[in-house]
Formats: sequence, structure tokens, C-alpha cells
Amino acid sequence: MSTALTLYVPRDSAALAVGADAVADALHAEALAHGVALNLVRNGSRGLLWLETLVEVTTPAGRVAYGPVAPEDVASLWLALVADAAGQDAAHPLRHGLTEAMPYLAKQERLTFARVGVTDPLSLDDYAAHGGWAGLKAAAARDGAAIVDEVTRSGLRGRGGAAFPAGIKWKTVAGASASAGATKYVVCNADEGDSGTFADRMLMEGDPYLLIEGMAIAALAVGATEGYVYVRSEYPHAVATLTEAVVRATAAGWLGDDVAGSGRAFRLHVRMGAGSYVCGEETAMLESLEGKRGIVRAKPPLPALEGLFGQPTVINNVLTFAAVPTILAQGGAFYRNYGVGRSHGTLPFQLAGNIRRGGLVEKAFGLTLRELLYGFGGGTASGRPVKAVQVGGPLGTYVPESQWDVPLDYEAYAAIGAVVGHGGLVVHDDTADMAGLARYAMEFCALESCGKCTPCRIGSTRGVEVIDRITLNRDKPVVRDQQVTLLRDLCDTMVGGSLCAMGGMTPFPVLSALNHYPADFGL
Amino acid sequence: MHYPIIPIKVQEIDYGTPVSRLGTDAEPVTLTIDGFEVTVPKGTSLMRAAVDAGIQVPKLCATDSLEPFGSCRLCLVEIDGRRGTPASCTTPAEAGMNVRTQSPALQKLRKGVMELYISDHPLDCLTCAANGDCELQDMAGVVGLRNVRYGVGETAVAGITGRHHLHLAHAKDESNPYFTYDPSKCIVCNRCVRACEEVQGTFALTISGRGFESRVSPGMDEPFMQSECVSCGACVQACPTATLTEKTVIELGQPEHSVITTCAYCGVGCSFKAEMKGSQVVRMVPWKDGKANEGHSCIKGRFAWGYATHKDRLTKPMVRDKITDPWREVSWDEALAHAAGEFRRIQGTYGRDSVGGITSSRCTNEETYLVQKLIRAAFGTNNVDTCARVCHSPTGYGLGQTYGTSAGTQTFKSVEHTDVVMVIGANPSEGHPVFASRLKKRLRQGARLIVVDPRRIDLVDAPHVKADFHLQLKPGTNVAVITALAHVVVTEGLVNEAYVAERCDPKSFQQWRDFVSKPENSPEAFEQVSGVPAEVVRGAARLYAGGGRGGNSAIFYGLGVTEHAQGSTMVIGIANLAMACGMVGREGVGVNPLRGQNNVQGSCDMGSFPHELPGYRHISDTTVRSQFEAAWGVTLNPEPGLRIPNMLDAALEGSFKALYVQGEDPAQSDPNTQHVAAALSAMECVVVQDIFLNETAKYAHVFLPGASFLEKDGTFTNAERRISRVRQVMPPLSGKADWEVTQAFANALGYPMHYTHPSQIMDEIAALTPSFAGVSFEKIDRLGSVQWPCNETTEEAGTAIMHVDRFVRGKGRFLPTQYVATDEKVTRRFPLILTTGRVLSQYNVGAQTRRTENSRWHEEDRLEIHPHDAEERGVKDGDWVGIASRAGETVLRADVTERVQPGVVYTTFHFPESGANVITTDSSDWATNCPEYKVTAVQVSKVTQLRPMSEWQRDFAEFSQAQAALLAQAHAVQPEATR
Repeated sequence: MSTALTLYVPRDSAALAVGADAVADALHAEALAHGVALNLVRNGSRGLLWLETLVEVTTPAGRVAYGPVAPEDVASLWLALVADAAGQDAAHPLRHGLTEAMPYLAKQERLTFARVGVTDPLSLDDYAAHGGWAGLKAAAARDGAAIVDEVTRSGLRGRGGAAFPAGIKWKTVAGASASAGATKYVVCNADEGDSGTFADRMLMEGDPYLLIEGMAIAALAVGATEGYVYVRSEYPHAVATLTEAVVRATAAGWLGDDVAGSGRAFRLHVRMGAGSYVCGEETAMLESLEGKRGIVRAKPPLPALEGLFGQPTVINNVLTFAAVPTILAQGGAFYRNYGVGRSHGTLPFQLAGNIRRGGLVEKAFGLTLRELLYGFGGGTASGRPVKAVQVGGPLGTYVPESQWDVPLDYEAYAAIGAVVGHGGLVVHDDTADMAGLARYAMEFCALESCGKCTPCRIGSTRGVEVIDRITLNRDKPVVRDQQVTLLRDLCDTMVGGSLCAMGGMTPFPVLSALNHYPADFGL
Repeated sequence: MHYPIIPIKVQEIDYGTPVSRLGTDAEPVTLTIDGFEVTVPKGTSLMRAAVDAGIQVPKLCATDSLEPFGSCRLCLVEIDGRRGTPASCTTPAEAGMNVRTQSPALQKLRKGVMELYISDHPLDCLTCAANGDCELQDMAGVVGLRNVRYGVGETAVAGITGRHHLHLAHAKDESNPYFTYDPSKCIVCNRCVRACEEVQGTFALTISGRGFESRVSPGMDEPFMQSECVSCGACVQACPTATLTEKTVIELGQPEHSVITTCAYCGVGCSFKAEMKGSQVVRMVPWKDGKANEGHSCIKGRFAWGYATHKDRLTKPMVRDKITDPWREVSWDEALAHAAGEFRRIQGTYGRDSVGGITSSRCTNEETYLVQKLIRAAFGTNNVDTCARVCHSPTGYGLGQTYGTSAGTQTFKSVEHTDVVMVIGANPSEGHPVFASRLKKRLRQGARLIVVDPRRIDLVDAPHVKADFHLQLKPGTNVAVITALAHVVVTEGLVNEAYVAERCDPKSFQQWRDFVSKPENSPEAFEQVSGVPAEVVRGAARLYAGGGRGGNSAIFYGLGVTEHAQGSTMVIGIANLAMACGMVGREGVGVNPLRGQNNVQGSCDMGSFPHELPGYRHISDTTVRSQFEAAWGVTLNPEPGLRIPNMLDAALEGSFKALYVQGEDPAQSDPNTQHVAAALSAMECVVVQDIFLNETAKYAHVFLPGASFLEKDGTFTNAERRISRVRQVMPPLSGKADWEVTQAFANALGYPMHYTHPSQIMDEIAALTPSFAGVSFEKIDRLGSVQWPCNETTEEAGTAIMHVDRFVRGKGRFLPTQYVATDEKVTRRFPLILTTGRVLSQYNVGAQTRRTENSRWHEEDRLEIHPHDAEERGVKDGDWVGIASRAGETVLRADVTERVQPGVVYTTFHFPESGANVITTDSSDWATNCPEYKVTAVQVSKVTQLRPMSEWQRDFAEFSQAQAALLAQAHAVQPEATR
């Protein structure tokens, strides 16, 4: 019997959705049949989603990738895998050579996703062996103010969409006091509901300890002793992985009463949402965590001062916390050197919709949409020309080709009335009906509005109706134009009057569709 | 005399948000709003600051009784240097801000929002119940909405009909008898939901659905009557549209004027705005400037006032020779002449002290004062007592002995500063609901709670409220528990030694300390007796003594403390404990009796007890007595007269023959009903003054029609010692207010009284009573209310907190509290303990609430019995059971519940036919004769007849029927003209 064969089959939801478990089963069966000892690691996803299920084999030269592998491919794959493992020549139509050398990965700047797809997500040994806990150890040796300074120095901004400087938020929480007998909180917003986004999920499923480490650092920085991760209910695998990771990390002393030997406590809890998009808005998330209806709170008070259960609370997105260990381990300046303008560091972009090579691309800020669409994405899956790209989720604008060369940077995008958001891209080809997509934006808002504020509660429903009137009357210019005026007035009311971004930004995709693609509205 | 009424506008200024949560004395900040400079306390919202600058920012979801919510988006403003248009309700004012509440952009934004609102709202303003009182209509006017381009309802625009909720008008919820819920008019401002949560604390309402589907929902989409709603009316009051509307408003329309008055139910003493059309009440709305309730109400005060014009109201005087005779309607003169003649005849035959009277805790201070004056001066006897005898007389004794005066030490507002609340023998959510709401609000903010009660009352486990300790003692063992608590405080070194050394009498303290330290007073020693685990007692004692987060512990107690054989001992025990822990004399602490009736405090203050002249001064005190003698022009007997039970006993013995009862119903409310009935039957002249033919009136010879609180002027004093005005909103149905009847009776007796207005009676009280020296109608009208003591030594509005620097009696006095088991012991024959209480919807003997729709919530008294005891007796929920004590027997339906502990049964006493007091015995407090309503040994057994009744119930039914027939004859034979 030869030496053990080490294979990697992702456990990521994207891989599971295309049959990764069946592939893993087939590989086990094959190994059994051949009498080969199989070391099959269920890793996270490398993020090359069009290649899932991506099977990797450890070779003397490094890991070699095969994909997309279907269960029925396994038999034909077996010999190649064995050959690769032995350092012999291997050939197969699904073989892509060394994983790390694949251009899609090689061209990335993976700081946050450095370990995702590489390690066994729940293995503490793997995590430590790949540089895990270095940031937390560094933080444990410092006082809170020094940690906050380091994060401030890095220029890290909130990755959930609002891009608020993390260091400033943390400093506010650090400077606030909890009520007598109460504690401050660190809350991670993992209610990743934007269309075309999956980075949070991939990270939680593929490298959960990174999030835990980032949150623990935040807790040490601000003096919080309790933390929550609020995960959307549509992410059962993320919840399971994270829950187990919290148990293991606590047992290993990275969480609990004495975090990393710091003498300070931080207990972390995982909570699941109940299917509301608005609960991704931070204050609605707090309401939900408190067991109430998920409706948006008015601000002030800021959650940093009166957040969860009325106490000072750090709220950040998964990717924000996940960037922090790198900052503490390698220094704020290291992280700050990535990016352009005031957008420092990297952003894991997510390519989705009608695109040939969908997946996760972590790059420093400053690249263009065109590079993402063609350099990484390879154009549309349908082969037709790209018509519009919605950047930043369902509340992001439809970016027309004229703007594809604008650097992806918070300020540059704001200048064209667009948003980078959470870095999700949804690509549409030239068959897309932009009036239909504008209607969908209003419909999505109507479906997901929490119903608290009037512009969103009633306005979104009226928005659907007005767009229907426009398209119904495309041949009656007077009526149609009246309705267009009404739609613009409605959008003004929603932008200026809504309580949160749900109603306040729903007009962005609507107006961008109307402004950039008037013909689709009969104009 | 004409006394000026201060007109209060029906619609008052709404500041939009409450005062700054940093307090009104927070650091002032100055800002500019629309060019006007305004200075407000830090933390004040821009919306409220604007009102201070004379500017109303448009709003719908904001109202000053609720925390800001920020949902309607009408109150948006512009602030220099800030992005966007923040909501003025949720944005605090900051120094130097430059704010604009009006601009073309804001106008457009608001109009846009209003256009959305109205696109989903019926356009039936002219026929809408809220017409004239609709904030949505007002705002449409304010923003200048002229067109709804989306269309409204079924109107199609450009070929498409928009979605709407107008069809929900068919789903109108009319289940609650007092208000309706019309979902088609709901604007989802959440004010009702927030009022239910923030103000009432019941959490009965929510919003169901989300987005456009959002709609107010009681419970899980239930009708109001099936939900947890307690019908306090806070939601109706908060509603800016016709969505939640009083049925009286729907029927009568909008009120045109309003009068501030005081509720005549419990001792909380809520201030109400009686909203009127002429002399017709349209609705009663809690007054937000009322200090006892701060704008909140309960189902009784808010809605249960219809009894005032109920068909059972008797409005003509009546007389008869024997109680078996038909009533005869007669003129006032004839009735009073007859009564006076009888009293003089009886006194001539049996002696001056063969007559007496009972003052009412339901009537005004002035009326109560006048009745005791009538008895002492015109009857010439001290045989005067009041219904406080049967509720809080031990409070008077106990607090008097220890602190030096008979009253609660705090304001209700003080609970906002309390960190540990101990509730003993009280059920505030049922009996004192508006205080309960304030208490629950504090508990939701994190105050800790100790409940000492044999039943698992609502507070033990309510929405967002949970007792840290529930001392579920056996009825009758209060003193064991309070002494055990004291034992823990003393033996664990928890005494506030500095406080005791400075404020209390050292000798009595040392004696008390030695006494409670004895091992036989430990929680362990009492565990068997009280049934409370020693560790629970110890935990509660530590929590109370420690005072929680901020060091303030307060005790609130009710009739579960006083109505016991050791009622006075228990009050003393409470007073001892509070002193030992230093919990008297500042905000947030104190000892607070929750008074049962609107004017129990006042009736005690007014000299209603046989041994005391007004202001708790003993009748034997020659100096005091001579002042009254000079003022009243009579000689007073220096010996105390008879208490109620003594009067009844004397009647049976044959030495007490005539009784004047104003606004009190001993035949139902006093213990051992059969004994009371026999005593009344033995009298030769019983004069009853009441608004209905109550149970006592069935034994009366003269009936004098009384006036409800809506029909007269005067003052009530609540449990906070707060004296508030009762104002006449309609003329007395009988033509005379109660004080006028008493005066006429005095004059008929030959003792002249010539008051032309109750204010003159208060002037007399103030002149004769040092603690009331500064009280006058003028001052109360000016300040809203005053709290006694109110004189030259106090603030102008009197005294909010008692015993601040020193106790009224000087040094606080400790007294030992030896536990003595009650005579009402369980035996093989009577193995269960019956205890009694009240429910929210009914009030005491029920004479008023039973004549309202409140009975829909509680239509009969039931017997609560633990499943274990029920099982043993083969009793199932809803079965008829017989309850027998050594005093009597009655039959009720069983309510099998774990609210009561095994061995204890419980019932209410709101229906006369229930005969709860047929069961209760004449066991009473050793010091004050307050009856032991709370402990009666009974047996319960299943009854199988179809319509089961005890013998007493059958007699009662027969007697009531006969009396009804005698009353009917009065109407039949007496034409209108004889009045």
C-alpha cells in the first residue's frame, strides 16, 4: 500500500450545492477499492466557484487543482490524482495545475482570505500553523487604547457598506461606560443578505477562527466581555461551523474567561436571524438580537454608545473583523499600504450574476470594474455583451459601461452616485430589461421593508405601481411622463425621508436604471 | 356661592417628546431654531426645543408621553453643518446648533410623505369619528397637501389601482365595549404599541406583518377582548387618528369643553380631564399634568364612569317606617325632617350615644369632615367611624406609633429612584393599576423585586418583570416573615447603624434588636410556620437591606398587611425594617401603604375615627378639643365613641339604635355579613345616603340620594397625601351634592350650618388643623395639587417626602413584633385558608363597576383553588363548590389554578350574591379592630345541584327580591311632583 493520499474537497455551501459531498463519497469509495489510505480534508472554498467542486491533491510541488469535478468524474480522475500525489506526470481534462499558480488566484491580494480554501476550517492546528492567533496574541499583550490606535492607523473602514472608520467606532465604544452591572458588547453582523454576495459566508465556513480572533481583538480593544455573531438563517452551514469553532476556541482559551492569557474575558455567542433583510441594518439587528421585532432604531443614540441591551456596542461586519488579525499581526501600516485614496486595504469582491467565472476576488481597492468583469470574470456566462452591473447589493446602482473604468474606491464611487457596498457584483447581459429591474428594486424593498418609516413602508409599494404605470403607458407620453415625474418625486421622498438605507437607497438602482437606460422605460 | 372653574382646553400642547432624560435641571444648551434663540436642558429633543421657541414641527408618530420613535418622517429638519434631514424628535438639541424647521426642500419632503400616507387612508373625514381630533388631518393641512397622485383606495390611476387597506374597515374590531379598532385607518405610527409597552407595561399590542402589510395587532392577531389587553385606554389616547376610538366619541362626537377632576376609584387618585358636551361626559382622559398618574389611567377611571347615569340611580329621597314597608318618595324637607325627628326621638329614649354615623372614604374631604362634624356637634356623640376601619386603620396605628404620623412617606414618582422594591400583601396590577404601571416601568429599567404574598400575583412573573424573590407565605404569617427578615438584617450586620444612631430612639432600637436576634425569630425557626424557605427570606433580606444598584429600597403594601389579627403588628414590623436599613426619608425609599379607596387617606385625616379629631389629634386633648368647641359652638365629649364593630355589637345588645351612613355599604363590605344584617335589623332608624340602593339601604328607613363624583365640588386625598380637586361637571341628579344633604340634615337637627360652597368647609378645616393650614381651593387650583403637611413650615405645595431630616415624632421608635398565630387556624373541619382580594375590572363592592361594561371582564366571583386541593375534592375547573366557615356558607364556581398554593383558596368580593363576607369572621386586628378578611379557615366541597345556592344565598335572593319590590312601589305610588 502506498503512502496516504491527501485530497481536499470543499465543505463550503457553494461546493455542497453542486455535489461536493457526493464527490467526497466517490473519492472514499475509490480509495477503498484501490486500497489507498485517503486523507480527505474538507476545506473551505478557494472561491473559484465556476470550478466547484474543486478537488485538490497534495503533490511534492504543492496542491494541484481539478474542477469542476462531478461524482461521475472521480473514476477517471483517480489515476491522475495518484500520479500527482506521487510527483509523476498527470493529465486530465479537469486538471488546472498548481492551484496557487492559477491566474484567478495568483492575481489576487489575499489578506483576509489567505487561509480560506487552504486549511481545514475547524482545525485549530491548521489555523495556528497558518499564522492564526498572531494578531490576538499581539493584542493580548497591549492595552485597549494601543489596539484601537493600531486599527485606526490601518485605515480600516467598515466592510458592511457604510465604510465608517473602524478605529473611530472602536474608540467611541472604548471611551463609553456600560451601566452598573452591565457589560459592553461586540456584535458581528453576519446577516449577509445582499444579492450576489457570499464573502461573509465563505469566510465563516472556511476560516471561522479568523472572525473569532478579530472579534476577540475588538473585545480587548474596547473592554467588552460578551459578543454575538448574528448569522442569517439561510446560512445553516456557517452557523454550524461557527458554533463548533466557538466551542473549540473557548476550550483552547482563545475565548472565555481569560482570552489568550490576557486576563480579560470575552464570551462569544452565535445567534441566527429569521429571514429578514432589514435585520442586516445594524439597529434592526440589535432589536432582533434582543428578541424583538426586527425594526430599525432611530439614531441617535449611536449603537457605539447605546447598542445591544442599551450598552456600548461595537458592531462590524464579518469582513471588518476578519481584517483585524492581519492588522494586529503585521501592523496597521502594512494594511494601510494596500488600496488607494482613503480606501485602504483589500476588499473581497464577489462576482455573480451572468458571469463566466464567478467567484471571490480579494484585491486592494483601486482596480476597476472592467478588470473584475473581464480580467477575472471573463465576461458573461451567456457570451452576450454586458449591459449593466449592479454593484453593492440590491441597494446599489446599476453601473453602465461608461463608468466601468472608475476605480473601485469608496470616494470615487460616491462621486458617480454609486456605492461599493459589500463588494458584490451582479452582472446582466444585453437582454436585461432595466425597467423590470427597477421595478424589482422597489418590489424587493416592499417585500423586505420593516414597515417602520412611511417612505419605505408605503413608498416601495407605490414605487412598484408607478413603474408599472410607466411601462403600461409607454405609448401615452403625457401619462407616462407624469408617472416618471411622480417616480422621481417618490425617489426624492424615499432618499430624503427614509429612516435607514433600505428605503433611502432603494431609489439608487431605480434612478440609475431610469437615467442610464431610459429606452427600457419607453423614454 | 359661585366658584370659578379654570377652563382647560380640550386639546393641549403636545411637546412631542418627554422632558430630557437627563432631567429638567440638566446643563442648559442654547441653540437657534428658525432664527429664534432658545435655551433648553441638555438632552431635550429639537422637537421639544422648537415648542419652547413657539414653533410646532409637523409630527405624527411623536407625542410627549412616549419616547421618540422616528418613524413618520414629518418632523425632519435641517441643521447647519449636518448632512441630510434628521428627525427632530430623535435628535437632541446641542449648543450652537442652527436649525431650520421650514424650507422649500422640507416642505416638499413632508408633502411627499403625506401624499404616501393619504394614498392609503380613507377620505371620509367629514363622517369620521376623529373629525376635529385627527392629527393626520391636521398634518395634511399643515404640509399643504393638495393632491394624491397615487390615487386613493379603488380609484385607478393611469390604468392601475394601488394597494390599500381601506377594505379593512369591514374588519373593524368592536369587541372591547369601550373602544373600537378600525385597521383601515391605521397609519402604523406605533403610538398605541409603544403606549402599551412604555406607559402601561402590558405588551398586549404589536405590529403584525412587515412593510406595507404592517398593522396593529392585539396579541397574535386576536380581537382586543381576547388579547392580554387590560383596557387601560393608553392606546386609544395615543392614537392620532380614528383607528382606536372611544365608543362614546363615536356616538356623541367631539367634546367642546373639559374640566380637570380626580378619579373616584382607588387611592392612586388619578387626575382626569372630563371632556364634556354641556353637562354630558363624552370621555374621561387621564390628565398629563396630574402628578399621581402623569397622564395614565386604568380601565376603571378611564371608562367605567357610566354608572353615574345608570338607570339604577336613585334621585329622590325616600322614607319608610319598617324595612318590610314599601318605600315612599318624599321631598328633601320631609325626608330630612323625618330623619332628624327619629334621631332626636331615639336619643331621647335611649340616650345621646345610642346613635352614630359612618363617614365615607368615597366622598370628598369636605363631605367627610362635615359628616363627622354633624355627628360630634349635632348628634353630640363621638360614635363616628369610617370604612377605613376595615382597611387601613392598622396603618394609622402602626405608622403613628413608629414614625409619628399616619401616612405613606413618598410620592408615587419616588419609585423612579427605587432600586429594590418590596411589595407586601398588595396586588398593584389589579388594585392600583396606574401605580403598577409606574412600578413596572422602573422594574423594566432594572430595579429588583421582592414579592411577599400568598398568591402568585401578576408581578411575580409579568412581561419583562420577574420577582427576584417571591416569599409565598401562608396567610396569617406576615409577622413571622417580617420578623425573620429583621432577624437576618440584624444578625448578618446589615443594619444601617449610622442612620439608626442619628435618627432613631436608641433604647427602643436596642430592645428590638435583642428581640429579633433571638433564634426563635430566625427564618429557619419560622420556616414551618410561614412556609417560606429560610434561604429565600435571607436572600430577600440581604437584597432589601443592600438597596441594590443605587442603595434605595422601598416598601409598598396593601390590605394583605393590614387586614389581619396582627395587622398593626405587621405595619410596625415594616416600619422597623425600613428604619433599621435606613430606608425612610429620601427619594426612592420609604414605606408606602397603597390605599384602597379614593379618599381613605382623606377620611382618616378628617377626623372620622371615634377617638380622633381632624389631623389625628386625640379627642381627649383638651387644647385641641376646645378649639373645635369654640369653632363649632358646642361642647364635645372628651371620650372616644364606638367603632363600627362596636356599634354593630351595641345594636344587637339594644343600646345602639340609629345610624347615618354616607357612601358606605357595611352590609356587603364588612365581615360576617349575617352579623351585620342582624345588627342593622335591630336598629330603629338607619339613614343611608348613596347613589344606589346598596345592600345596607335594604335595611334602611330613610334613603337620601347621593351624588357621584361628577356632580360635586371638593377634594380627595390620595395615598401620597396629595390633595386634588374634584370638580363638578354636571349638576347633582338629586338636586343636592352630598355636603348639602349633610348640612340640611344638621339644620333639620337644629344645628346650624351655612356653607355656600365646599371651599368654605376646606377653609374651616385649614383653620382648625395645623397640617392643613396652608390648604385652600385657591392654592390647589393654582398648583394642581398639594401634599400635606402643607403649611408655613413646608414648601408651598406641601411635603412630597416625609421624615426627611427627622421623623415626625422626633426619634423613630422601634417596637418588638411578636408573632402570634391567628385564631383562624385550620382544623379537620375547616382545613383550608380562604383569603380575599380584588380584580382590575371591578371595584370593591362593585356598586359602580357592576353597573358598567366592566363586568364583561369579571361577571362573577370565583373561588381559586390549587389543583391538588381540587383533585382531593373531585372539583374540576368551573364546578360549583360550597365554601363553609364557622361564620357561614356560600357557593361559588371553582377556578382551579396554581396562582394559589395548596391549602389556600382565594376569592374576590365584588358581587353581593357571592357572599364572600358571609364566610369571613369577626376576627380582627388587636389594636384597631380592622377585620381579618385575609384569613378564614374554611372547607370547600363540590356541590351538585343544578343551580346551587347556600342557605344564605337563598335568603339573600329572597330578601333582595322583596326589597326590589318595595322600591318599585315607591316609583309607582309617588308622582314626580312630590319631590
